[in-house]
Amino acid sequence: MFNTKLIVIFLLLGIVVLSSMSGQIGKEEAEIPLKIDKKKSLLAFEKVYSVLKHPRCMNCHPSGDVPLQGDDSHLHTMLPQRGLDGKGLYTMKCVTCHPSKGVPGDHTPPGNPDWHLPPADMKMVFEGKTAHELALQLVDPKKNGNKNLEALREHADDGLVKGVWTMEGNRTLPPLTHAEFKKAWFAWIDNGAFAPEK
Amino acid sequence: MSIFNLKVNGKLEQVDVDPDTPILWVLRENLKMLGTKYGCGIAHCGVCTIHLDGVATRSCSYPISSLGDREITTIEGLSKNADHPVQKAWIKHDVAQCGYCQPGQIMTAASLLAQNPNPTDEEIRRAMNGNLCRCGTYGRINSAIKTAAKEM
Repeated sequence: MFNTKLIVIFLLLGIVVLSSMSGQIGKEEAEIPLKIDKKKSLLAFEKVYSVLKHPRCMNCHPSGDVPLQGDDSHLHTMLPQRGLDGKGLYTMKCVTCHPSKGVPGDHTPPGNPDWHLPPADMKMVFEGKTAHELALQLVDPKKNGNKNLEALREHADDGLVKGVWTMEGNRTLPPLTHAEFKKAWFAWIDNGAFAPEK
Repeated sequence: MSIFNLKVNGKLEQVDVDPDTPILWVLRENLKMLGTKYGCGIAHCGVCTIHLDGVATRSCSYPISSLGDREITTIEGLSKNADHPVQKAWIKHDVAQCGYCQPGQIMTAASLLAQNPNPTDEEIRRAMNGNLCRCGTYGRINSAIKTAAKEM
């Protein structure tokens, strides 16, 4: 009788454990895209990297605390500083010269309502990063602005990201259109967000 | 052309201008306020600096359509009797030489001290880095800001 009770208890426990395990596995499976293709992911990242390394993107992801400027990525004239929030310091804030919409012209400061660098506590540096290093950085929430993969996907439509293609003036544009970039960005993430070899 | 309602130095104004018109030209051409100067037109020299809700801003590169409901303060409105501590310090140190850049220098210095009442030399240098003076009065500007800081 006692043994029968024990057997029943163990059976019930086993069912509970198994059902909770199968739930976890099911959840993990649900988060993984149906077809992960490393080759597709790496090919897509080549395109993504060509945009992220372009001066329109990289100039606001400098290795130092001064933004870069121009197609030669020289230090921004007047040497404005990043500041804690990435929006500049005192009288040299980004909005001092970059309004929500700029004045038309080749050399006037481009506008954007959210103009800023990454903050001081998470600089998200692009400058000097290899494709391998940048890919790893982009998927690490401790280095990418606390973004999971879904937030990373959504970042393709961030206003400042899209602003790269609407700065106007005589500025060169990245090698892909925003639509092409977004497609490559999704293909890289959805196929596993793999990092190229070193 | 579009109608814009502005608050400039505490006074309500209305102008009918192209939305891309820089605030500088609204001030100078429409409101006939000539204290704010034109220098480079691309936000590189700082001579056109005004305050938008207290934030130093280059009026030459700021279209009126981006202003929103922020209040404009120009050099004419910094104080009622030209007695802002920065203005008094400017006179005490005889900062101006030709004087053309000085409205922008003073507006930038006032914005700095409003946010940081006791700036170091390095902080002053960084804050004033975007305001050029072809006469080279930078030393006197630095001294005047230190003097003004003591008064504020």
